[in-house]
Amino acid sequence: MTKQAKSLRKGKFKPSRAPVAKASRAKGRRVKGKPPRRDPLDSFVDAAAHALDLKLEPAWKSAVKTNLEVTLALAALFADFPLPDDAEPAPVFSA
Amino acid sequence: MDTAWAHASEIAAAVCDGRTSAAAVVRAALARIANHDRVLNAFTAVTAERALAKAAAIDAERARGRRLGALAGVPFAVKNLFDIAGLPTLAGSKINRDRAPATRDATVIARLEAHGAVLVGALNMGEYAYDFTGENVHYGASRNPHDVSRMTGGSSGGSGGAVAGGLVPIALGSDTNGSIRVPASLCGIFGLKPTYGRLSRAHTFPFVASLDHVGPLVRSTRDLALAYDAMQGHDDDDPVCARRPVEAVAPLLERGSAGLRIAIADGYFRAGASAQAQAALARVAAALGVTNEIELPEAKRARAAAYVITASEGGALHLGRLRARGRDFDPAVRDRLIAGAMIPAAHVVKAQKFRRWYREQVLALFAHVDAVLAPATPCTAPAIGQQTFMLDGVELPVRANLGIYTQPISFIGLPVVVAPVPFQPLPIGVQIIAAPWREDVALRIAHALERAGTVAATRPSLERAE
Repeated sequence: MTKQAKSLRKGKFKPSRAPVAKASRAKGRRVKGKPPRRDPLDSFVDAAAHALDLKLEPAWKSAVKTNLEVTLALAALFADFPLPDDAEPAPVFSA
Repeated sequence: MDTAWAHASEIAAAVCDGRTSAAAVVRAALARIANHDRVLNAFTAVTAERALAKAAAIDAERARGRRLGALAGVPFAVKNLFDIAGLPTLAGSKINRDRAPATRDATVIARLEAHGAVLVGALNMGEYAYDFTGENVHYGASRNPHDVSRMTGGSSGGSGGAVAGGLVPIALGSDTNGSIRVPASLCGIFGLKPTYGRLSRAHTFPFVASLDHVGPLVRSTRDLALAYDAMQGHDDDDPVCARRPVEAVAPLLERGSAGLRIAIADGYFRAGASAQAQAALARVAAALGVTNEIELPEAKRARAAAYVITASEGGALHLGRLRARGRDFDPAVRDRLIAGAMIPAAHVVKAQKFRRWYREQVLALFAHVDAVLAPATPCTAPAIGQQTFMLDGVELPVRANLGIYTQPISFIGLPVVVAPVPFQPLPIGVQIIAAPWREDVALRIAHALERAGTVAATRPSLERAE
């Protein structure tokens, strides 16, 4: 299990920030030649919006990301819950 | 008779035997709405003309010597996600104002009216039912009649306020994760979320197809049974509605709770509960002589899975509107729906698989008990506008967490009655949870508690509120 998956499982997911970005913030300037690493969840939100043909206004993104973080943390509570491969999903379709 | 606080059963009896007329009852209800809804903000539409015509028709039936229905002349109102012929079905939104007016009533409205009830209007709700607060950025917050600075709970907020405020004796709500049970608890009234598939949802605006239920909110267990019985029966227009015969519960109420095996939900359902929620549960358990405790396995995961399914299905439902009219949503709802649309499908499929597993574990418990008691909400009504509260030492958003005790139950479609414990200054409800299709068990227990005086809908002082 990845470190992020473990933290998600504990419901303590925090977006990762590269040390470079932290250092650059602390000094108030960017480290030469190395742009700050973007939080992967920010990239995911942008990519998912693109895939869904949703035009996200910049002001919405922070709240969307926060909601997605909460939802992913909750998903992590059951994502690894052991179930057999032939476990049937709850809704059953009848032809 | 004081129809402001009369039960539906009392109103119907008075109309049937001529002590009052349906027209007089309906006029009084319309006057109360005109007087008090400026404060309570429960109604988004009042169908006065239709109501007076229906009342006149009922009185004419009686004059002709016809037998009247069990709800003759009883005013009722519905959350504005139920179709009402001639009105656009708002579902709490600004966007739906542009919908064409509904061409017919929701099935359950037609069924209540077939028993003589009289529709007087449509009720405020959280936008698209994605809400536990009763707040609405477009139409204003529904206000709790016990303290109008406080939330009704949601999303059936207007339903809770209208019944608790004495505007109507019966309101209909919908419950996907707790939207009948949360307002019933915070407003101090009775609510029934029936078994998934028991009551038709046809001609209502959906939220989460695999979790949506409809049901009544009222001020007595007798009324709960009468309204529920009137709405039962298969409906071809709702593919989920079960092919079961009407199983009337009103005749069974007096059987009481004797002989029923009842337990208190332990573990997840005790963590985070406020002192009032714990005290309400203890009072109900003591009145029933219940000391046995039982744990619903993996309830925390069940709540999480319900949350994920809700976000995903809700996001999918509204994706087109989010693309076209994102700015017209309540921002708090929009941002949750967008996030929901982005959830990886693997999580949703796993949630649905886990749901079946959880259902099997919980159903096995019903071999040993007939009903389970649990808090309905973690606390009494928060203040309108309150964003967060403390649960078990952790600060959490109110909007998403008022339903932490209701979500693991509706997740597997179990029938639940919320019974109000009349604490002062604010009431709080207890869930009485039964096995699928055993609404009668939950209602019998609630009725026994009501007769013992343990639970009751108490009358707020609306004059004080104004």
